[in-house]
Amino acid sequence: MGNIFKDKLFGLVVPLIAIGFGFLAGGVIMLLSGNNPIDGYVALMQGVFGEVYYFGETLQRMTPLIFSGLAVAFAFRTGLLNIGVEGQLIVGWFVSVFVGIVIEAPMIIHLPLAILAGALAGALWGFVPGILKAKFQVHEVIVTIMMNYIAMHVVNHFIRNFMLESGQRTAFINDSASLSSDFLTSITDFSRLHWGFLIAVAACFVMWFILWKTKKGFELRSVGYNKHASSYAGMNVNMNIILSMSVSGAFAGIGGAMVGLGTYNYANILPSFTNLGFDGIAVALLGSSTSIGIFLSAFLFGGLKEGANNMQSQAGVAPELVEIIIALIIFFVASSYLIRWIYSRLQSKKEGK
Amino acid sequence: MDLLLPILYTIVPAALIAATPLLLTAMGGLFSERSGVVNIGLEGLMVMGAFGGIVGTLYFDSLGFGAASAWMGILVAIVLGALFSLFHAVASITLKADQIVSGVALNFLAVGLTVFIVREVFERGQTDTISSGARLFRINVPFLSDIPILGPMFFSRIYVTTYVAFALAVLVWYVVFKTPFGLRLRSVGEHPMAADTMGIKVNRMRYIGVMLSGAFAGSGGAVYAITTAGNFAGGTIVGQGFMALAALIFGKWHPFGAMGAAVFFGFAQALSISAQQIPGLANVPQVYMLILPYVLTILALAGFVGKAEPPKALNQPYEKGSR
Repeated sequence: MGNIFKDKLFGLVVPLIAIGFGFLAGGVIMLLSGNNPIDGYVALMQGVFGEVYYFGETLQRMTPLIFSGLAVAFAFRTGLLNIGVEGQLIVGWFVSVFVGIVIEAPMIIHLPLAILAGALAGALWGFVPGILKAKFQVHEVIVTIMMNYIAMHVVNHFIRNFMLESGQRTAFINDSASLSSDFLTSITDFSRLHWGFLIAVAACFVMWFILWKTKKGFELRSVGYNKHASSYAGMNVNMNIILSMSVSGAFAGIGGAMVGLGTYNYANILPSFTNLGFDGIAVALLGSSTSIGIFLSAFLFGGLKEGANNMQSQAGVAPELVEIIIALIIFFVASSYLIRWIYSRLQSKKEGK
Repeated sequence: MDLLLPILYTIVPAALIAATPLLLTAMGGLFSERSGVVNIGLEGLMVMGAFGGIVGTLYFDSLGFGAASAWMGILVAIVLGALFSLFHAVASITLKADQIVSGVALNFLAVGLTVFIVREVFERGQTDTISSGARLFRINVPFLSDIPILGPMFFSRIYVTTYVAFALAVLVWYVVFKTPFGLRLRSVGEHPMAADTMGIKVNRMRYIGVMLSGAFAGSGGAVYAITTAGNFAGGTIVGQGFMALAALIFGKWHPFGAMGAAVFFGFAQALSISAQQIPGLANVPQVYMLILPYVLTILALAGFVGKAEPPKALNQPYEKGSR
């Protein structure tokens, strides 16, 4: 019993140490580049909590991050690494906006339809690597990377040739498909916070429920732990792989819909990736693929990205510093072997006494 | 034929020039992946190389090195790429981190770090453009460029770096398949325990593999930045590293295969830019050319275009004494 408790505690220790190391390294970089780290971090914190507008923007930023984190985590639970969240998010963004523009319907039908369309597009983009993995044993990582580029180019092609308005983007979606909220905007001093945030919170529950409270979820996790044992137990491993990638893609697609229907109300031609999907890898990793962990790390990364603006204007630190901090946090979490090793050394020393 | 030849005279050199950074970076990926370490971080290593190449060129040009500065810049990029790849090596080999996650982090880190430095030093999002005195120029190879048909295609208006890259690919093939070092490198990637039993230091070979990938990808990034972009910004390298990885896989982890794939992808790139001027291709949407390399790679992996089999121990950290 004590051991289980210790393991759980340890699961919390690794991310916290990694975050600590990340910020420490960020401070050292600020020192080396002639900035004052304390000023920098104070400005960063103020850029998140200092004004209600900043806080609203932080919540707005973490909305798609929650979804991309859930998407990565869901596939990861089945033993799959979905690097393709970026592409799935892009197609979800585009298709939901497309439905938001071309269809006229009352909100109660239109909005769910647009979100569902985004989810389906993302699911399709996840289904392809899933089926290739199940049928041809192709490693999903390479396929998903390629699918990212295909998504970006195909979406750009459709926007450029069929839906282009001035400003390299599509028209605005109809109000009946918009997640924008006058109420949330007004209480956060005109930030772009929208109803999608609440959907993201709900999605955290949905993932937890599917994975831990349903029979299918048990199967998916079982395949993630041990493919062969699951197969002997009579589970259809291939079906579970395809299902997991599709659901993962659907999460990512809804994340894209949140951006399209909530934050911007349009889709634009992407000169390069949004990075929202790639950040999902960091979010899921830091959150140990748990719903609550994903929510918290999405808040951390969303806050870092939002606070970076204020850090630049107030302390003169280039906003890319937060990208460095995020990258280092991933390195440290991924290298938890080191932390584990030090921990076990300390532990055995204690026992020696 | 009269219509086709002038088109080929523009497309072929453009394709070869576009293929050069891909080829160099794919050779880097080959060293890493043949030693058993997945390198998703090629993109980030190219970013580092592009940064080092441009900053090095600007620096040596300011010291008065003139036409040699570009070459010094490439050298800086090679060293920087090799050093930067140590992040990936330490994390994924010594600390047994997930190699893919570590590679993803490397990409993040490269963009963050380089753009951060550029902002601090140049006080805007991009570096100065390298002066025309320090640039590499397209050259005509003496004598060979006079050969009818072949001359204007392969030996005219091409950078020296392109020829160097193709020569290097042959050298890589020789090193990987004809020398004891290459045999050891490959054995570590196929069956590290057997290699260890034979007295080969598995982790040391993998460090060498990853650092070589950093050096090659660094040179690839630098060549792209110096010849094609002219300056460095966060958006200088967007996807070339992943395309090089695709070339490596499409080329079935073989130097000549990767060379063929790189040239082919180079053609797709050149065509996507100039297809509008070619009769018959003008009506084909540009998007097909843009996604062609990626679609083909997926098909190759699925076995529709000849099955691509990765090295056996790819993506597995080596634990001494494990079975």
